[in-house]
Amino acid sequence: MLVAPQLAITIAFFFWPAANTLYQSVLLQDPFGTSVQFVGLENFRALFNDESYLASFKVTVVFSVLVAAIGLSFSLLLAVMADRITRGVFVFRTLLIWPYAVAPAIAGVLWVFLFSPSIGILPYWLEQIGYHWNHLLNGRQAMALVVTAAVWKQVSYNFLFFVAGLQSIPKSLIEAAAIDGAGPMRRFWTIVFPLLSPTTFFLLVVNIVFAFFDTFGIIDAATQGGPGQATTVLVYKVFQDGFKGLDLGGSAAQSAILMAIVITLTVVQFRYIERKVQY
Amino acid sequence: MVEKRPALTFLAYAILTLGVVIVALPVYVTFVASTQTFDQIVSVPMSLVPGTHLIENYKQALTSGSAQASSAPVGRMMLVSLVMALTVAFGKIIISLLSAFAIVYFRFPLRMFFFWMIFVTLMLPVEVRILPTYEVIADLGLINTYAGLIVPLIASATATFLFRQFFMTIPDELAEAARIDGASPMRFFWDVVVPLSRTNMAALFVILFIYGWNQYLWPLLVTTDQSMYTVVIGIRTMIAGGDAATLWNIVMATAMLAMLPPALVVILMQRWFVKGLVETEK
Repeated sequence: MLVAPQLAITIAFFFWPAANTLYQSVLLQDPFGTSVQFVGLENFRALFNDESYLASFKVTVVFSVLVAAIGLSFSLLLAVMADRITRGVFVFRTLLIWPYAVAPAIAGVLWVFLFSPSIGILPYWLEQIGYHWNHLLNGRQAMALVVTAAVWKQVSYNFLFFVAGLQSIPKSLIEAAAIDGAGPMRRFWTIVFPLLSPTTFFLLVVNIVFAFFDTFGIIDAATQGGPGQATTVLVYKVFQDGFKGLDLGGSAAQSAILMAIVITLTVVQFRYIERKVQY
Repeated sequence: MVEKRPALTFLAYAILTLGVVIVALPVYVTFVASTQTFDQIVSVPMSLVPGTHLIENYKQALTSGSAQASSAPVGRMMLVSLVMALTVAFGKIIISLLSAFAIVYFRFPLRMFFFWMIFVTLMLPVEVRILPTYEVIADLGLINTYAGLIVPLIASATATFLFRQFFMTIPDELAEAARIDGASPMRFFWDVVVPLSRTNMAALFVILFIYGWNQYLWPLLVTTDQSMYTVVIGIRTMIAGGDAATLWNIVMATAMLAMLPPALVVILMQRWFVKGLVETEK
């Protein structure tokens, strides 16, 4: 059977663990696995009464919104500019796409180095203009640091999709508007931006998924969720509670909630893609 | 371009250049740091002109790692990363190619059920099922082995989906012609389907190579032995000691080394990369 290898791996490493997660999320275990007790939805209730979990939820939302908003506007700006110029597009594209290849964890390390309070070059510049930077103490600055790293990592991806989206807008529409006397700004807001909205929406979903799940490396390398809990996103908390705190039930319940979030996002994404043809 | 506005065109170039500079800044600083001595980096502010210790730093990184923090030589890590990225990429392509072929060209019971089963895994990223997956691997005794590192990452819904979409665009006449000429299904697969999917494979390869190279969470859990660290994990362990204990020049050299292979793949295979990116996300 040709599908056999794929199926075997799928079952062993996707369905079995996923089922296990759901199962464990209703159990209360001690760290050594000596006693197991069925507790129903107790883990979930505990989670939603747990302030640190709710805080981490809030952190995740703030983080995703910032990453998506800043990342999208920055790359849209670049893409619109790249669409305007006629010469050197290829060079600029090459220079802008390679951060995609950088591992999130390495992106984290690079930015930590730049922003390191004792030796980094950016805190030194900031000090010159009278701003004190120490992300090891200041939660907001730590958040700014991880957002910067995540946006930096994601810019190339957004950029490529925006460029592709811009190229698919018929030039005749823009020419017609120009003949009617609409200036570049007006053309952008009344024609280009609305026609680009499917791409923007798609990227929005992708960026949120990225911020939710793929930024583990950035956060682990840059701040390890600190200071305090300022940058502990949900995925990081699953890892912390499960592998460091050994709270298996709680961690599994968190995983179950995450699964629900991913499934929702995926469904949203696919429903939108099916509708894309008509818009 | 619909009209001539030199000022705007100039602005466009200016903004793009600024964007490129912002994007390149961290890597430039990293590169500069990787060519200086430790003392030069720690003296605030570090100079932004490349130093003279390039070869020395890279040599130390490759052969002995950073000596103060505990770590293995980076050369070994690069090898582990390379093996992992290549196997993940090729493994995924082969497995998905086979299963997509089966799903599209054979009629067998539960066909659609299998397809949906594979498809659903799109919704379960590694991050949400780390603990139980880890248990499976631990039970199989695969901690600290290449198999443990690679196999769980090899099933790929996206690749299967992409190949399925592509196979459905291959005209049925080709399959019929092959059958009339007496070709067995596998022969049809090798002589018709595989050559036709070459560009798709190249595109996927770029994406998957990067995916494999940049894996972080999974190797972090599965490898406890230094000789099995990937380079991404290795860097993480090097900076664990805080500012004073970190040999930044070596770490930065390692970071450059870790970025190089995937960046090269992206830049050299840019055409397929863009194609692959746009298609896998559909």
